[in-house]
Amino acid sequence: MQEASTVITANAERLTELDSAIGDGDHGTNLTRGFRAVIEALAAAEDELPPGRRLILAGKTLVSKVGGASGPLWGTALRRAGRSVGDAALDGPALADALDAALAGVVELGSAEVGDKTMVDALTPATQALRTAVEAGEPLADAITAAADAAAEGARSTVPLQARKGRASYLGERSIGHEDPGAASTVLIITALGRALEG
Amino acid sequence: MRKLLNDPENVVRESLAGLAVAHGDILTVDLATQIVVRADAPRSGKVALVSGGGAGHEPMHGGFVGRGMLDAACPGAVFTSPVPDQMLAATTAVDGGAGVVHIVKNYTGDVMNFKLAAEDAADEGIEVESVLIDDDVAVQDSLYTAGRRGVGATVLAEKLAGAAAERGDDVAAVAGIARRVNERARSFGIALSSCIPPSAGKPIFDLPAGEMEVGIGIHGEPGRRREPLGTAREVAAELVEAVVSDLAPADGAEVLVFTNSMGGTPLLELYVLHGEIERELTERGLRPARRLVGPFITSLEMAGASLTVLELDDELAALWDAPVHTAALRWGV
Repeated sequence: MQEASTVITANAERLTELDSAIGDGDHGTNLTRGFRAVIEALAAAEDELPPGRRLILAGKTLVSKVGGASGPLWGTALRRAGRSVGDAALDGPALADALDAALAGVVELGSAEVGDKTMVDALTPATQALRTAVEAGEPLADAITAAADAAAEGARSTVPLQARKGRASYLGERSIGHEDPGAASTVLIITALGRALEG
Repeated sequence: MRKLLNDPENVVRESLAGLAVAHGDILTVDLATQIVVRADAPRSGKVALVSGGGAGHEPMHGGFVGRGMLDAACPGAVFTSPVPDQMLAATTAVDGGAGVVHIVKNYTGDVMNFKLAAEDAADEGIEVESVLIDDDVAVQDSLYTAGRRGVGATVLAEKLAGAAAERGDDVAAVAGIARRVNERARSFGIALSSCIPPSAGKPIFDLPAGEMEVGIGIHGEPGRRREPLGTAREVAAELVEAVVSDLAPADGAEVLVFTNSMGGTPLLELYVLHGEIERELTERGLRPARRLVGPFITSLEMAGASLTVLELDDELAALWDAPVHTAALRWGV
């Protein structure tokens, strides 16, 4: 979470730029505010919280602090991931299951599909890449790198799309040619996950 | 950026504190949960009306809390929907045992967070009816979009449903009035400049002099297209055509005309526009019977205007005339 907070804060301006093009220009500041609250909540929690519980607490905090669409979507993603992990250790298979659960939660709440120009366009290929790498027996660090690369590829694929969900959908054809900010933040958060597990 | 601020991060909280000082006879503000509550809430046996959304649209919604309109409002961060905790706090603060109506603008974030809040309220035994407002004709509604945006009709739904709650309607009837307003109202807006969100500190889009964004929403997001800025008469014709062709009111229908400033357009210009709008409507055989002119659902300092037309019936007209006592709307008291 510290990694996610750091990388979101460092990239807040870029996310906000992307959001200004097709949204209302606050994606960076909102997520920065949310992850800062997550760090505070985790610091205030008891020590030695297992990974699953940490994810649930992080998710709850995002829902209760961020608002907009990114609060409930990222909050649900982290909570579902946390529940999937439970009290187990965060190994490859557990992480693949957690990412599946996160994606399912996001799809359920936002009812977006691949191609709608949303975070789902980054999260879906990342989930698949992680699963494939884990099942091929690759080391966890490599599997996450593959997931992050797939997410980045997915985010780039949103550029030529016309948005069909969320605020950008109101622009119609004018949303074409811009990377989706939600897909961009998904790349950052999955990359952060990789760095956290390495460190 | 030239803004009167102490710290962009605290702008909403400090603004709410000021609202409480200015209108302490009408409302109270809970700064911990960031909610605005009618001073005499909860009122036993009365259906309560709760609305919320991002800050930056003042006086909506805090300015509409008071007798005959909202019982509580929950503003989120600037242009960002509030969180479920806030909505739940507002709902429980004003529930008088007769149920609560949530007025929700059709923006993805508002819809998701209000849905979560309504579930939480149900867990606490509070009956909640949610009404979705989606009146913006700039958005082509289809299965493949999030639907139309909720804009100007929100103000009218809050006034009319608020009056229905005040006269003692039950929760289904109050929600029914708000839904009827939404079905019979349409809106369309244009911008002459971008706004500057305090946290971003710079305009969201650049609009060269002499051009306008057509079909804007209320968050400074770009519109659907850009055109040369015409005269007030030409803009009025474009607004009226967009709204009336979609609403398709009955011939000779009485209408409520709501000409709204996006925040940066002064009343001097707004009245010019309003005069042209009424002339256009009358030429189309419609009869303006009620009016609201001014900045009521704004987008920070964005220059521009929006038109909302509501096709009236006797009941809606009577509810419009009913007394209202809020920071931003006041008559009949």
